[in-house]
Amino acid sequence: MVTKKRRLIGAGVIGISAIAALAIVGIVAAVTGTIVAGGWSTLSWEFLTAAPSEGMTAGGIFPAIVGTVFLVVMMSIAGVPIGTVTAIYLCEYAGTRSVLARGIRFAVNTLAGVPAIVFGLFGLGFFIQFVGGGIDRALTGGAELRWAQPNILWASLTMALLTLPVVIISVEEAIKTVPQDLRAASLALGATKWQTIRRVVIPNSLTGIMTGGILAVSRGAGEVAPILFTGAAYFLPHLPTALSDQFMELGYHIYIMSTQSTDVDATRGIQYATTLVLLLLTFLLNFSAIYLRSRIRARQQRS
Amino acid sequence: MTTGPLPLQPKISTSTLSVLYGAKAAVKNVSLDIPANKVTAFIGPSGCGKSTFLRSFNRMNDLIEGAHIEGSVRIDGVDIYDRGIDVVELRKRVGMIFQRSNPFPKSIYDNIAYGPRVNGIRDRKRLDEIVESALRRSAIWDEVKDDLGKSALALSGGQQQRLCIARALAVDPSVLLMDEPASALDPTATGKIEELIYELKDRYTIVIVTHNMQQAARVSDLTAFFYLGELVEFDETRKIFTAPSHRQTEEYITGRFG
Repeated sequence: MVTKKRRLIGAGVIGISAIAALAIVGIVAAVTGTIVAGGWSTLSWEFLTAAPSEGMTAGGIFPAIVGTVFLVVMMSIAGVPIGTVTAIYLCEYAGTRSVLARGIRFAVNTLAGVPAIVFGLFGLGFFIQFVGGGIDRALTGGAELRWAQPNILWASLTMALLTLPVVIISVEEAIKTVPQDLRAASLALGATKWQTIRRVVIPNSLTGIMTGGILAVSRGAGEVAPILFTGAAYFLPHLPTALSDQFMELGYHIYIMSTQSTDVDATRGIQYATTLVLLLLTFLLNFSAIYLRSRIRARQQRS
Repeated sequence: MTTGPLPLQPKISTSTLSVLYGAKAAVKNVSLDIPANKVTAFIGPSGCGKSTFLRSFNRMNDLIEGAHIEGSVRIDGVDIYDRGIDVVELRKRVGMIFQRSNPFPKSIYDNIAYGPRVNGIRDRKRLDEIVESALRRSAIWDEVKDDLGKSALALSGGQQQRLCIARALAVDPSVLLMDEPASALDPTATGKIEELIYELKDRYTIVIVTHNMQQAARVSDLTAFFYLGELVEFDETRKIFTAPSHRQTEEYITGRFG
């Protein structure tokens, strides 16, 4: 009697787990399937290389692709070095009981949990009004509005802040995998701490630093909220040519096409295809990060 | 504490040296004079403080949080824990070979050239000379001279350890500290390392920590026996292994504990 009940519970748990697991696979399949089905027919070479036309109900998404690329490149240039240097400080210089290091770790973890929209508002308040406003006042006495408005520079910096925790955490992981033996060998040869970091620690965690960069980019490419107020444009007939220019972006483009368009039905194909492009881009970046990470793991097992 | 029968000015001299991790002493009150151009072996059971003692000679213990010393260590008469001492300079003069061979994941050439390069030597010809002479002195030149560009990790364990010795020699130290350099090697590779130690003692003061008593007997001129952080006996190796003065030493050497 009891054994039968136990067996029933066992079977029930297995069943529920299986259903839960299948549901996840199913959801991913459904989402991907819907997007591919909806966007495939619109996707073409012209779609990727042309600008939107006819009130954004036709044409392509070229400016949004370029804007996204500019954004993530500038974001990486700003964020990856700062994140790397922070991770080096935390791993190599700060002692385990350092109050400052603990403070930084706490800040990094908090930063990782802040909603993206808050970063957007911070960017608006800090970069645009405070920094940008300050620059304008210094240059023209505030007569001309140039830097105190949304642009690609402020959007990239805001995005860099958002992705900073991702970079710091993955670079830290990579630095921790550099064997202590190698640091000892270097120091015992009369190398200074900095020489050891530059010649041993950084070269041996380069793949990790790259992984951190890629993860940051894939996180950044999928976020819209931080650039909502800091630089993304509804529609621009030209590509950004200066740091003070606004830009189009894939995620933002999807958002406005589906909520702000005058004729939502006419843009449906474009919406799907844009989503597909963004999804492919993010997948591609994530896969390269996973590939790099597996190579690091393989190297660790060898040594 | 017993001091050795040494008429010459010692190369390394410790005076009432204790090494503490927090409040716990790993080495207790050791005074010892190590002569130049001899091989001195430290023996004793695991955890007796012999490696910690060795690491106090190039201040590698500084890297461990909470570690500090009491007493003094003098090398060529200079207190190496003095405030004015540059640890980086000290480590150039006092090379170290570790238990696990630890070549950098670089080419053989770049491994050897690492020390000279961090010391600011850039000239390719000068580096070539240093690399060749360090490899020759470590008796590995003939085995690797045709593949200097090959990764050091492709070498066998014994070759890697001799490469690490060559890498230490390339910065031209006067003391070589060896922390169980052959404990991970097979007998043939161990034999080569021991031969090398024998050849190197003409030019260097060598201090070797070993678990292997035959090895201590084979390679060293002087032997110090440690037990529970204290120096029990220090004398000529021949005497330690034939007629030790302390019962504990004799028991350890004859394998009754350890």
